[in-house]
Amino acid sequence: MTLRLALTALLRNRTRSLLTMLGVIIGVAAVIVTVAIGAGARASIQTQINALGSNMLVVIPGSITMQGGAVRTGFGGSSTLTPADGLAIASLPGVAAVSPAVGLRVQAVAGANNWQTQLSGVAPTYTFIRGWPIDKGMFFSQNDVISAAKVCVLGQTVARNLFPDGSSPIGKTVIMRGVPFIVIGTLTPKGQSGLGQDQDDAILVPYTSAMQRLTGQTTYVQMLMVSANDPKQISMLENEINVLLAQRHRIVPPAQNDFSVSNLADIAAAASSTGAVMELLLAGVAAVSLVVGGIGIMNIMLVSVTERTREIGLRRAVGARAGLILRQFLTESIVLSTLGGLLGVIAGLVGTQLVAALAKWPMTIPPEWIIISVLFASLVGVFFGYYPARKASMLRPIEALRFE
Amino acid sequence: MATPIVDVRNLCKYYEHGESSTVALDGVTLQIEAGDFVAVAGPSGSGKSTFMHIIGLLDEPSSGQYFLEGQDVSSLSDDARADIRSRRLGFVFQSYNLLARTSALENVELPMLYAGIGSAERHRQALEELRVVGVEDVASHSSNQMSGGQQQRVAIARSLVNNPALVLADEPTGALDTKSSKEIMQIFTRLNEERGVTILVVTHEPSVAAYAKRVITFRDGRVIADGSHAKTEDLETVGL
Ligand SMILES: Nc1ncnc2c1ncn2[C@@H]1O[C@H](COP(=O)(O)OP(=O)(O)OP(=O)(O)O)[C@@H](O)[C@H]1O
Ligand SMILES: [Mg+2]
Repeated sequence: MTLRLALTALLRNRTRSLLTMLGVIIGVAAVIVTVAIGAGARASIQTQINALGSNMLVVIPGSITMQGGAVRTGFGGSSTLTPADGLAIASLPGVAAVSPAVGLRVQAVAGANNWQTQLSGVAPTYTFIRGWPIDKGMFFSQNDVISAAKVCVLGQTVARNLFPDGSSPIGKTVIMRGVPFIVIGTLTPKGQSGLGQDQDDAILVPYTSAMQRLTGQTTYVQMLMVSANDPKQISMLENEINVLLAQRHRIVPPAQNDFSVSNLADIAAAASSTGAVMELLLAGVAAVSLVVGGIGIMNIMLVSVTERTREIGLRRAVGARAGLILRQFLTESIVLSTLGGLLGVIAGLVGTQLVAALAKWPMTIPPEWIIISVLFASLVGVFFGYYPARKASMLRPIEALRFE
Repeated sequence: MATPIVDVRNLCKYYEHGESSTVALDGVTLQIEAGDFVAVAGPSGSGKSTFMHIIGLLDEPSSGQYFLEGQDVSSLSDDARADIRSRRLGFVFQSYNLLARTSALENVELPMLYAGIGSAERHRQALEELRVVGVEDVASHSSNQMSGGQQQRVAIARSLVNNPALVLADEPTGALDTKSSKEIMQIFTRLNEERGVTILVVTHEPSVAAYAKRVITFRDGRVIADGSHAKTEDLETVGL
């Protein structure tokens, strides 16, 4: 009966009911959208890192420190790693493959076409480490590395832009920084990375060729990529590499290592915990807007109690107990907030789709958040509806009837 | 002799405001028998409404005793008073007090809703009472689609719907023209004569009081006259 009374009263004032709900609708929608953005970002970082391989270690020059879940790197700060370090690591048991890496931005020219892209100098093991097979032609060999051969392998985006007529790039010449390279293969398409980077916008050359013919930095490499045989032994391997390189670089404690080994799983965990903190923060802000929506409900209900004083007096006169008046008003605000919560979920789902489509941002909605936000909205209704409802029920019938 | 519907003894009501206090009722003792039709007359501020509110269990006396149908109701809980209002009392107010944006039929059903009567029975009885007061044709209209006279008839139907022991009306014709006033008072007379409904009407108009079988005249919170029918002299002595 209480529910019926409440619904009748709400339907009698449709516009106002809808406007009252608006605060909650916006609040819940905001919670859903922010959580979806956060969770989506986290999931995409995760997939991106998984794509790199959970059995991969990266050695970079400089020291890396983990501070409260945030990763600080001294990347590129110093040059300390040599191809020989890579060879030494490769001889460790449990290591499947090692590839040095050197990267630079280049302007690639093929005939009348040119294209600005990312060049990486790597070893033949690279396709194995990245799990990125050749599409057409072939990858360069160890001989090409030894001779610093002027050969290159193109990512799909580069191939398409340098050879827009669709002709096969293999055997053609691409000039970078004035040096002609022969195309010997193309890579299979890899698509966008989780953060929207086009991974196919890349040219690969032997790292020796990059060092000797393009950068002029012939001693040091920028990174060593290490692939382990078994992902379970990754942390053990991490320790061994630390010991080995410290020895090779003659580092005696308390001096800090001039390199650092990172386990991608650690980076993933750090990234996703940073993401989780952000997500909670955003959801917190959104929840505040939900509470503001609740205060809106309280306001309108208080106005409504004053406005309906005579109605309350009449209901009391014809026999409604005070408790029933309390329940009716409380039910009204709970219905408003819960309905607002449900509409907010719908608005949030639509908003999520919109953001995903417009901002090309990956979004995932954890289903438990839908339930949490609707429940929270109902609670807001109980909390902020109680005071006005109590006020309504405390009105003395005689004074309520006299009220002008 | 049968138990009177209303039996009040030495009823007093004071209103305190700061230093001074107003005496609204000053020792009222009277009985109202079942089937009576009583008018409460008197000048403005004489305590008529205060008396009616106490009789209707909408307000409590400062002192004195009140027996409703033989039951001592002087010191009941708020809920118990609500329950008695729901089952034994009917109210008609000067300003009709119909719920806005609600049909006449639903307005009449309201007391039955609180008395816990099922929806089919509510519907049937509400329609029946609307017919009794002659407004069944506007059953689906809301208050802004009805004339004052029609609204007051709907209010009377609402007061009758739980077969109350006593119907209380405070200036029921106060907002109506002469013609509608007459019709409303005729309805009360008919209900009293044909159905034996006990009625108490508060009014300061002699022409309205004249419909009653008994007129109780108040002045300064006291009963100064209580006659079997309206005595013009009594009304004149209080300045009307
Ligand atoms: N809530 C209140 N607070 C203070 N004084 C009150 C209150 N209600 C009534 N009174 C006072 O009590 C006295 C009786 O009031 P009451 O309303 O019963 O008069 P009445 O006979 O119904 O008058 P009217 O014909 O104008 O309706 C008046 O002096 C009035 O000012
Ligand atoms: Mg009065």
